[in-house]
Amino acid sequence: MKAVVAENLVKTYGKKKDLTEALKEVSFEVDKGELFGIIGPDGAGKTSLFRILTTLLLADKGSATVDGFDVVKGYKSIRKRVGYMPGRFSLYQDLTVAENLEFFATIFETSIEENYDLIKDIYSQIEPFKDRKAGKLSGGMKQKLALSCALIHRPSVLFLDEPTTGVDAVSRKEFWDMLKNLKKQGITILVSTPYMDEAELCDKVALIQTGKILSIDTPAGIVDQFGKQLLAVRSDKMFALLKDLKHFEGTEDIYAFGEYHHLVLKDAFGENTIKDFIQSKGHQKVEVVTVKPAIEDCFISLMKAS
Amino acid sequence: MIITENLTKRFGHFTAVDAISFQVKKGEIFGFLGANGAGKTTAMRMLCGLSLPTSGKASVAGFDVFKQTEDIKRNIGYMSQKFSLYEDLTVIENMRFYGGIYGKSDAFIREKTAYVLKELQLENEAKKLVKSLPLGWKQKLAFSVAIFHEPSIVFLDEPTGGVDPVTRREFWNLIYQAAEQGITIFVTTHYMDEAEYCNRVSIMVDGKIEALDSPTGLKQSFAAKSMDEVFLKLARKATRTAN
Amino acid sequence: MKQFISFVKKEFYHIIRDKRTLFILLVMPIVQIIIFGFALTNEVKNSAIAVLDQSKDAASAELSQEIDESNYFTIQKSLNNASEIEPEFKKGKIKMVVVFPQNFGSDLKHFNKAQIQLIADASDPNVANTMVSYASRIIMDYQNRVNQELKLPYTIKTEYRMLYNPQLKGAYSFVPGVMSMVLMLICTMMTAITIVKEKELGTMEVMLVSPVQPLKIVIAKAVPYLMLSIINICTILLLSVFVLDVPINGSLVLLILESILFILTSLALGLLISSATDSQQTAMFISLTGMFLPTIMLSGFMFPIENMPLPLQIISNAVPAKWFYIIVKSVMIKGVGFASVWKETLILTGMMLFLLFLSIKKFKIRLA
Repeated sequence: MKAVVAENLVKTYGKKKDLTEALKEVSFEVDKGELFGIIGPDGAGKTSLFRILTTLLLADKGSATVDGFDVVKGYKSIRKRVGYMPGRFSLYQDLTVAENLEFFATIFETSIEENYDLIKDIYSQIEPFKDRKAGKLSGGMKQKLALSCALIHRPSVLFLDEPTTGVDAVSRKEFWDMLKNLKKQGITILVSTPYMDEAELCDKVALIQTGKILSIDTPAGIVDQFGKQLLAVRSDKMFALLKDLKHFEGTEDIYAFGEYHHLVLKDAFGENTIKDFIQSKGHQKVEVVTVKPAIEDCFISLMKAS
Repeated sequence: MIITENLTKRFGHFTAVDAISFQVKKGEIFGFLGANGAGKTTAMRMLCGLSLPTSGKASVAGFDVFKQTEDIKRNIGYMSQKFSLYEDLTVIENMRFYGGIYGKSDAFIREKTAYVLKELQLENEAKKLVKSLPLGWKQKLAFSVAIFHEPSIVFLDEPTGGVDPVTRREFWNLIYQAAEQGITIFVTTHYMDEAEYCNRVSIMVDGKIEALDSPTGLKQSFAAKSMDEVFLKLARKATRTAN
Repeated sequence: MKQFISFVKKEFYHIIRDKRTLFILLVMPIVQIIIFGFALTNEVKNSAIAVLDQSKDAASAELSQEIDESNYFTIQKSLNNASEIEPEFKKGKIKMVVVFPQNFGSDLKHFNKAQIQLIADASDPNVANTMVSYASRIIMDYQNRVNQELKLPYTIKTEYRMLYNPQLKGAYSFVPGVMSMVLMLICTMMTAITIVKEKELGTMEVMLVSPVQPLKIVIAKAVPYLMLSIINICTILLLSVFVLDVPINGSLVLLILESILFILTSLALGLLISSATDSQQTAMFISLTGMFLPTIMLSGFMFPIENMPLPLQIISNAVPAKWFYIIVKSVMIKGVGFASVWKETLILTGMMLFLLFLSIKKFKIRLA
C-alpha cells in the first residue's frame, strides 16, 4: 500500500472574475518510508497541496489517500496518525519549550516518554532551553521544537510545509540531516521547499510550478531527463557575456548560475567552438566546461517548456 | 557611497552590531550576508536612517546617519521581501504614489511610468491591481518602484525569497542594469549563488564583519569551492542564538 | 479526559501570561462599578437653584428654607424680578427657579390656596423632571404639615413610598445593569478573540490535524473565562454591598447561579462569533458593535424598554442581558425567590443552549 496517493487534485480560490487555480490536476504517489520532496517557488501550490493531504482543505476535484484512508471520508483516522508542521512553525509562543511538547503529547493521547527515542536527537539540542518561551527561540530552535512536536506521537506520515524557509543556512543543513535519520525509522516524509538544492537530498521529487507538476522522479532521474548539452561558462566580463551568448545561434538558453553562466545548447557543440565564439567577442580569461545539470537547471528548462 | 567606521548598535547589554567598518563604492553591487540574528537587519536599518546608532560613524550618499536621517531617506530606495507594493492599488497607481512621495513632478512620473511599463513588458497590465499579478512580476515591479525616483543607492532586503529561478535571474538582470546606470546596490540574500553576482560581499557573524572581499577573493581565502562553503565555514563559528 | 485538562491548562497559561489583558479583565469591572456607582447618577444632590420671592413673608421664607435645607437643593441666588430668570438659566449654573407670587402667605391663610411656580431647565428633561418632583414633594410635605395644623376637612393626603429603594438611589439600578454589561463584555469579547487568534497565528491548523474533537476545544476555551467571570461577580457584589450600600435582599446562592447561567450564555455567544470569523479585528468589531452596544441600549438598564417603540421592544427580547437584568433586579433588589424568576431563567437557559449548540456546529473542522 502506498503511503500517499494523489489523483488529479484540483483546487481553485476566489470568485468568478478573480479565479486563482492553485492546483491543476496534481497526481503523484509516495511509497512507505520515502523522503519525498515537493519543490517549487512561492505560489506553486505547495501549501494548498499539503492542506488537502492533511485533511484541512477540500479539493474541488480529484481524490487522495493517506495510509489508505480517504482524505475526505477518513479524515478522523488520518488526523490521528499524521504529523504536520505547517509554515510559520505554529507553536504556542507564550508557552515554554517543555510545555509545548507536553501539550502536543497529551493532545495525541501519548506521553513524552513513550516516543522519546524518536525525537531524542532533535530535542536534546533544545532541551537546555526547555523553560524558555517558544516565542523567544531562534528560527533554528523553533524548527527543532516544531519537528519534535510533530513527531511526538510517532506518526506514520510526516508532512513538513516549507520547514527551512526563513532559517539560516547552518540550521537548514542540520534539519536535513535530522530528516535523513528519521527516514531510517521508517517514517514516510513529505517535505515542500522552494530551495532547489534541497531536492537532491530527497529520494524522489515532484517539481511544481503554478499548480502544475513539471516532473516527478528521483533527483538522478530528473537530471537524466534533461537531454541537452549544458556548459558552464565564465569570462572577465560576466554581464556582457550573458548578452553576447544570447546572440549565439546554437543557444537554447543562457542564464546566470552563481560563479558561472549556464549555457544550454540546441545541438551538440564542441567546447572549443564556444570558447572561440566568446573570445571573438573580446572576452578574456574564458572558461568553458561541460557540466551535469542541477535540479535548478532542470526546473528552469521545464518551466520554460510549459 | 557608504562609509562606516566602527558603527555600533546596542540594546541594553546586548550588542547587536559590533563596530563594523566598511565602504561601498558608487555603482557597486554589494552583498551583505549573514545568518539570522547576525545583525544584518539592524545594520541595514541604521544605514537607511531608520535607527540611530549607539556609537561610531557612518554616512550614506554623503549624509550623516546621526544628523541627516531625513536626507538619507529622501535619497535612497528600499525594497524588502515582506512589503513592497500596495496590493489593492493598480500598477500605475503604485508608481504614481511612490513618485509623489519622493516629490517628483507629474511630467517625470508620466515619463518614468511609461518607461518602466515598457521595460517590464507590463503595458497590458498597467491598470490591473497588483494583487492579480503573478509573484515574479510583482517582485520585478517592486524593484522598479524602489528605484523609480532615481536614488543614488538602493537597499534590497532579501528581495528574491521564494521566487522561482527564472524570475530570480530576471530580477538580477534588472539589478545589473541599475548598477550600469550608476545606482549603488546594497543587497542581502540567503541564496549563496546570488552572492556570486555581487562585486564584493561582506559576511556578518555575531554582530561583527568576519569577511569582506570579492567572491573570488573569499573563496581563495577560505579554500572553498563555492560561496556556500565559505558561508558555512564562517556561520558555524557563530555563538549567538538569534531571537 | 487528560486531553481536555491539558487543553484547559494551556488556555489558563495563555490568559495568565498576557498580563495586560488579564489586568483589564479583572480591574475593569471594579472601575466600572465605581464610576457608575458614584459619578454617574440621575440623582439630584445639592442642585443649584434660585428663588424669586415676590411675597417675602413668613410663609415663603419658611418654605424657601425647607427647600434649601433639603439635600437636594441649595439656593444659590435670590432674584428680584421676573426679567432676571432667563439670563440666569442662560448662564447655566441654575437649574431651577422657585417663584413665589405676591401675597403668597396671606393667600394661603385666607383663601386656603396659593400657587407656586417651578421653572426648570428642561434641556436635560430627566434632571428637570426629577428636580420638579423633588421640589413638589417638599412643598407637599410642607402643605400637609400646614394643613394638619389648620385641621381642614376633606383633604386628601397622598402618601408615597418608594419600594425597595426608598432613597431612590441610582446605584440600585446601576449595579444590576453594570453586572450585565461587564459580564457580557468580558465573556463575549474575550472568547470571541481566543479561537480566532489561534486561526490567525496558525496553531489552529496543527490543532485540527490531531484527534482532538472540536467540542472539547470549544469547551476548554470557555472554562478559564468562566472562572475569571465568577471572580468578577464576587468583586462586583462585594463592591456593591460594601462601597455602594446596595443590599442583596434575595438569596446569594440564587444570584450567583443565575449569574453563572448568564456567563455561560455570553461565553457561548463569544464562541459563536469566534467560530464564524477569521480575524481578531472582525471578531472584536462584531462583539463591540453587534453585541455590546445593543446590550447597553436594549437591556433596559439605561433606557426603559417600556418607553421604546414596539419593534425595538420585540427585538429587546432577543438580548440575553435584558432577561438577566430583570432577574438580577428581582433577586438582588426585590429579594424574590426562584419561583418569581423561573420564566426568565428558562428563557436564558434556552438561549444559552441554543448558542452553545450553534457555536459547536459552526466550528470549522477544516480551514475552508
